Amino acid sequence: MKKLKINKNLKDNLITYGIIIIAYVIMQIMIKTGHVSSLMQGLLVPLCVYIILAVSLNLTVGILGELSLGHAGFMCVGAFTGAFFSKCMQDIITIDILRFVIAILIGAISAGIIGLLIGMPVLRLKGDYLAIVTLAFGEIIKNIINVLYIGKDSRGLHFSMKDSLSLGLDAEGTVIINGAQGITGTPKNSTFTIGVILIIITLFIVLNLIHSRDGRAIMSIRDNLIAAESIGINITKYKLMAFSISASLAGIAGVLYSHNLSSLMATPKNFGYNMSIMILVFVVLGGIGNIRGSIISAVILTLLPEVLRGLSNYRMLIYSIVLIVMMLFNWSPKLINLREKYSLKRLFKKPKEVQ
Amino acid sequence: MKKFQKIMSLMLASAMIMTMLAGCSNSNDASNADSAAAETTETAGEETAESTDTTAASSDGAAFKIGAIGPATGGAAVYGIAVQNGADLAIKEINAAGGINGYQIEYNFQDDECDNEKSVNAYNTLKDWGMQMLVGTTTSGCCIAVAAESANDNLFQITPSGSSVDCINGNDNVFQVCFTDPNQGVGAAQYIGTNGVAEKVAVIYDSSDVYSSGIYEKFAQEAANQPFEIVASEAFTADNKTDFSVQLQKAKDAGADLVFLPIYYTEASLILTQANAMGYTPKFFGCDGLDGILNVENFDTALAEGVMLLTPFAADAEDEATKAFVSAYVESYGDTPNQFAADAYDAVYILKAAIEQCGATPDDSVSDLCEKLKAVMPEITVDGLTGEAMSWDTDGAVNKSPKAMEIVNGNYSLIQ
Amino acid sequence: MSFISYLINGISLGSVYAIIALGYTMVYGIAKMLNFAHGDVIMVGGFAVFFAVSMQGLPTFAGMLLAVVLCTVLGIAIEYIAYRPLRQAASSLAVLITAIGVSYFLQNVALLIFGANTKAFTSVVTIPAVKLANEQIIISGETIVTIISCIIIMTALTLFINKTKAGQAMLAVSEDKGAAQLMGINVNRTISLTFAIGSALAAIAGMLLCSAYPSLTPYTGSMPGIKAFVAAVFGGIGSIPGALIGGIVLGVIEILSKAYISSQLSDAIVFLVLIVVLLVKPTGILGKKIQEKV
Repeated sequence: MKKLKINKNLKDNLITYGIIIIAYVIMQIMIKTGHVSSLMQGLLVPLCVYIILAVSLNLTVGILGELSLGHAGFMCVGAFTGAFFSKCMQDIITIDILRFVIAILIGAISAGIIGLLIGMPVLRLKGDYLAIVTLAFGEIIKNIINVLYIGKDSRGLHFSMKDSLSLGLDAEGTVIINGAQGITGTPKNSTFTIGVILIIITLFIVLNLIHSRDGRAIMSIRDNLIAAESIGINITKYKLMAFSISASLAGIAGVLYSHNLSSLMATPKNFGYNMSIMILVFVVLGGIGNIRGSIISAVILTLLPEVLRGLSNYRMLIYSIVLIVMMLFNWSPKLINLREKYSLKRLFKKPKEVQ
Repeated sequence: MKKFQKIMSLMLASAMIMTMLAGCSNSNDASNADSAAAETTETAGEETAESTDTTAASSDGAAFKIGAIGPATGGAAVYGIAVQNGADLAIKEINAAGGINGYQIEYNFQDDECDNEKSVNAYNTLKDWGMQMLVGTTTSGCCIAVAAESANDNLFQITPSGSSVDCINGNDNVFQVCFTDPNQGVGAAQYIGTNGVAEKVAVIYDSSDVYSSGIYEKFAQEAANQPFEIVASEAFTADNKTDFSVQLQKAKDAGADLVFLPIYYTEASLILTQANAMGYTPKFFGCDGLDGILNVENFDTALAEGVMLLTPFAADAEDEATKAFVSAYVESYGDTPNQFAADAYDAVYILKAAIEQCGATPDDSVSDLCEKLKAVMPEITVDGLTGEAMSWDTDGAVNKSPKAMEIVNGNYSLIQ
Repeated sequence: MSFISYLINGISLGSVYAIIALGYTMVYGIAKMLNFAHGDVIMVGGFAVFFAVSMQGLPTFAGMLLAVVLCTVLGIAIEYIAYRPLRQAASSLAVLITAIGVSYFLQNVALLIFGANTKAFTSVVTIPAVKLANEQIIISGETIVTIISCIIIMTALTLFINKTKAGQAMLAVSEDKGAAQLMGINVNRTISLTFAIGSALAAIAGMLLCSAYPSLTPYTGSMPGIKAFVAAVFGGIGSIPGALIGGIVLGVIEILSKAYISSQLSDAIVFLVLIVVLLVKPTGILGKKIQEKV
């Protein structure tokens, strides 16, 4: 019985990897044969970023069972440390791929450390209170990065929290992080292939964790904290483990994000609570704890606003309506009953008729 | 699990149907709807390996394809919509008058929500549509991100309002209609210094905004060479822009007789109201972002009395061109245009002048067109709403002189 | 002297947060959901007054009445369409996400109707400012009205919940929906009533917010909404006096940290204080200690 279950898990995981790889191969063939629009090509890396973010947040929300509204903060840490490293080392390490891999590692480690530091005090809180505290931390990170000025000249690095003038740089010195103006001119190293490799690494980490001894401990905390504690599971350790792994994966996504655009700024739009909530939307819409669902909903919700561009001014309005309808459709107990009761098959055949 | 995927694909399919239906019934031109529909099949094709090539634009008859990008939703929507309408107005006028060298212009505006990543998406959408020249993007941060892409494609870009130097630095295909930020900061400091407007100056700026902090930095640098002193420099952030009582109180306590506001008029209108409520009446001095303050709907213009600003455009100016522009704009879009609309309007006419100068045709490839336009940009001079005899350096910065205005009796008036 | 004026500015900012937080805490206390669309209902209230008074020329009082009625209806409608179907959903997060959807929806509807241009809001308050100590200290009319409204609303809500049948029903629903239903309480109607009251409060908050900070855009409500949410958590979410205290404390901290530490880091400081408070007192200043059931 037990063996059967493990096999089922394995099969399930292989399907998830399979979807990613098949999608990747199909996209590559289509790009090679020139069948992909510029828009789609431009969206490939962001899609990878959002998939990684969704999967990593699912680790906190779905597996650990804690609501986090500060995920964008970890992404922000990863994005800035990674981009900072790449900017500094642009002339020293000239092999792009090597520099980028180191940048990814640095982003992941620093986001993980921040995750650990934040996790230690706050994971004692529960439910909505934990949510608000993580939201607060996300905003603090963004706020601090917005007043951070770092410059480089012949004498080394200079820091300031006031403005770029007070860095006191030499004439030939360059400002790397310029407060709210962020980092400009990050080398564009992110590619679809690297993105997909990172997705697979993320999936590997998360899926293996879920099906490991540690993962079962984490899920037991989610299902019943007191019971888990009473059988001797170290609550703090496992909570911190899940939280910091999730944070460092978000950091990887951040590095990927920052190396895809030539200007990186911490605005409320990309690293504020709006983004954290957006990632949460991916997770909840895809099914809490459902890794494959997160991937699919991240793809759909990232593509949707772009697909809706034909609607011009009504675009975001329709987007919000679609979001509400999708949520009701996926989560409303009444509709779920209705779906199961009536004409399941006919309902599902519909998209095929359309195509 | 499978059920979920099916549900999702059903949702996506229905979303796509909606797009197609709405896309067709929309007032946008047909090619826009076509491209939207094409993208839709594109997305569906991701799984089924079925797609159509959209990069080859449908060139039905020869027409220049001009794209524009700006935020049409989100907190910065006011600027993006102004650019959208300003460019639209200019293109309609040009088309009605017979086009450029006899060729009509097709126009497509895309929303970027003031987000760098979305801006690149918008740019790629326009590329799929077959854009040959870009009027955009509206905001500096997005402009830097998009300029990197357009430089890569060698696509000619003229930004109406992306004022950061990073927009044009290293990208020889990007030109600006507006002043660069340092230019404005230095200009404002010099104006205050040489005209002896004040001795003690306070600055209130938006540290989370590229435009505002860019001007502030250069202003502070230049102030060291000027006969006035910065007694307080107070910042606010995008998340914190309703209450300015502290910043004003500090300026007041420091005895500043002039408050420099390198910010947009939305926040400036609040600052003026709050300063008035606390009985603080220094001289206020702003840059081009302040233009539009008199047109804030329902705003008590008496509060803005005596405000000075360095701006290239004023909607109340008396010259014929501005008057005609303002009345046409109000008639078409129901709002008084701000400086962003005027910049975008000028941007289209600058494109027209450049195309006429080099004799380009819509049949030129994007890259050829860009090379031709790049070559003639330093040669042309354009009289526009936002400046007389505007000319350009090869690096893309504009040469024009700002006008110092003062608000008197609820109107802008030129200070001689 | 400037310290006192900072303090007063802090209280006036805090009173605006407090009045928004009252609506938040009310809905959270009864329906147990974070209504992220609350800030946008506030914006709708602001636009309703603006539309009636500044665009149609109706008297201020009529505009205020219109705003309250409109927001009440809107609140009931939102609850009925977007939240009720998900009340029995497997996860409470589902309704949080639809609330975000509703928030986007309201913002974009307002954007399409009124456009993105900033509107200057004409204050609904006509009381003159109080000037003390040789005009060194100025307390604006809006602040006075906001604080008084806060106290009136707080007292009225407390009385309503403790003294009326409907209020008791709300309390029962917030404790245990199932048991309340068994006792013959109509849970759906009670939650609708909660949203009606919460949204009416949002309309009032919208008017006072826009009177104090007279600029109105489709995004006016979102940032104060989040701040007020923080204030509500600060004071102990679900607690009505807590919302008032949380709002005022938050406003004062924000202004003082702007004045004495850094105007750019004030948000970070506010959030840091919040975190410290929650770590010491995990359910906020006046929050009830929740006993864990095994």
